[in-house]
Amino acid sequence: MRFYEFESRRLVERAGIPVTKYGFAKTADEARAAAAEIGGPVVVKSQVLTGGRMKAGGVKFADTPGEAAEHAEAILGLEINGHMPVGVLVDPKAEVEQEYYAAVLWDGRAKRPMMLFSDMGGIDIEQVAEEHPDHVGRGHISNLHPIADFRAKETVARCGMTGSELGRATRVLAGLARLQRDYDMTLAEINPVARLADGSFVALDAHMEMEDEAVGRHRKVLESIGVDLSEPREDYEPSEFERNVKAIDSADHRGVIQGKDHGFHGNLGLVIGAGGGSLTLTDAVRSQGGKPANYAEIGGNPSVAKSKGLAMEVLKKDGVEKIAVMMSIVSNTRVDIVARGVIKACLELGKDPAETIAIFRIPGAWEEEGYKILDKYGVEYADRTTSMWDAAGTAVAKIQGGAQ
Amino acid sequence: MADLDGTFIEVEVTSDAASDVELARKLEEVCPVDIFAATDSGVEIVRGNLDECVLCELCLDAAPDGAVVVRKLYDGTELKR
Repeated sequence: MRFYEFESRRLVERAGIPVTKYGFAKTADEARAAAAEIGGPVVVKSQVLTGGRMKAGGVKFADTPGEAAEHAEAILGLEINGHMPVGVLVDPKAEVEQEYYAAVLWDGRAKRPMMLFSDMGGIDIEQVAEEHPDHVGRGHISNLHPIADFRAKETVARCGMTGSELGRATRVLAGLARLQRDYDMTLAEINPVARLADGSFVALDAHMEMEDEAVGRHRKVLESIGVDLSEPREDYEPSEFERNVKAIDSADHRGVIQGKDHGFHGNLGLVIGAGGGSLTLTDAVRSQGGKPANYAEIGGNPSVAKSKGLAMEVLKKDGVEKIAVMMSIVSNTRVDIVARGVIKACLELGKDPAETIAIFRIPGAWEEEGYKILDKYGVEYADRTTSMWDAAGTAVAKIQGGAQ
Repeated sequence: MADLDGTFIEVEVTSDAASDVELARKLEEVCPVDIFAATDSGVEIVRGNLDECVLCELCLDAAPDGAVVVRKLYDGTELKR
């Protein structure tokens, strides 16, 4: 789950990290009042869940409350990348001496959170890491043990900071690490952290992303910072495929299906899943030179209707020529039930299962029964002795007109 | 769309059993995928649910021997008591 900047700011504030005096406004009059309360020049920033605000005219500077109101009026009616703002953030135009970067994110490879700190903030951290690697400090922290400040200090010190600056930056990074852990964030980023003329450190902009599954656990906190939990927070409008798959999943409690096709334009539809299998199999198809038409997850013993529903939605997508039905070996999902579902999808769409299903590789419960069904319809299948990599290769070869 | 209810599974109930109201109630209760519906006159097969059959055999256990037959259309075998 993503957060608007003003919500991230409130979370940062709750974590005890200093922020500038700011205001959130939904109208021009509220923006005027916020600017007057702050006093002095301000910056008015559109609150949208998309990037490119500055370029689109969604960030403007104002010297007076009246000017802030005028800018807010314009920004509130400005659509950016298809997103209308939910309000504006009114921030003081801080006198910054230096900008820094601080983040704590989930490191999937290390399976633990990783802290990042740089004394070159305000710009793209990937660019800094590539061009100035000695200006980026990294350090992992434990999932289990309390977060010790000295871990944050080590990370900050790795980019060369010393003295009182080191101490002040350490408090920001350690606070951010606790925020990341306490609120189950997949990303907690402050960019920039600013050192002001008086030597104090404040968070000027923050970007937070919470693990979707944790949202229910933090409902009270989220409501207290003004998060509207009924509001969709996707990066993009769900496609018809995604909406249909979600509706099929919601209508039947048995098992789970998911489907995504944003950014996928291939010809091989995927009905895949099981314990990390979806990611592995999507990578395997791509690595074998294939072009997936979608991403999917299926598991937890779905009904025949639910399996059929997913397969039909995949098959109905523009450009899909064949589907690959594959799972990892850790699945308890019944093979025969999924086999019935995907074959039924082909038949109901007037397609020959043997031609349409490039490969069926679901090792697991009731697989012998499943194989009888697949034999009956002439569908090529593989058991656990065939790797996911090889199964993906078979599917890709078939769709490219190679080995059958 | 083709009518493909019962593509993989067929269920038959003998005529005597089909008109047994008490048996109908039991079959409706035990089937986890709602293949049987109890009516005032006995049991009806919900054809749209036939392919959801998980081959659990609870209907066979609930009915007198030979009263219910579950047929697997993909290999021609039957489940019955």
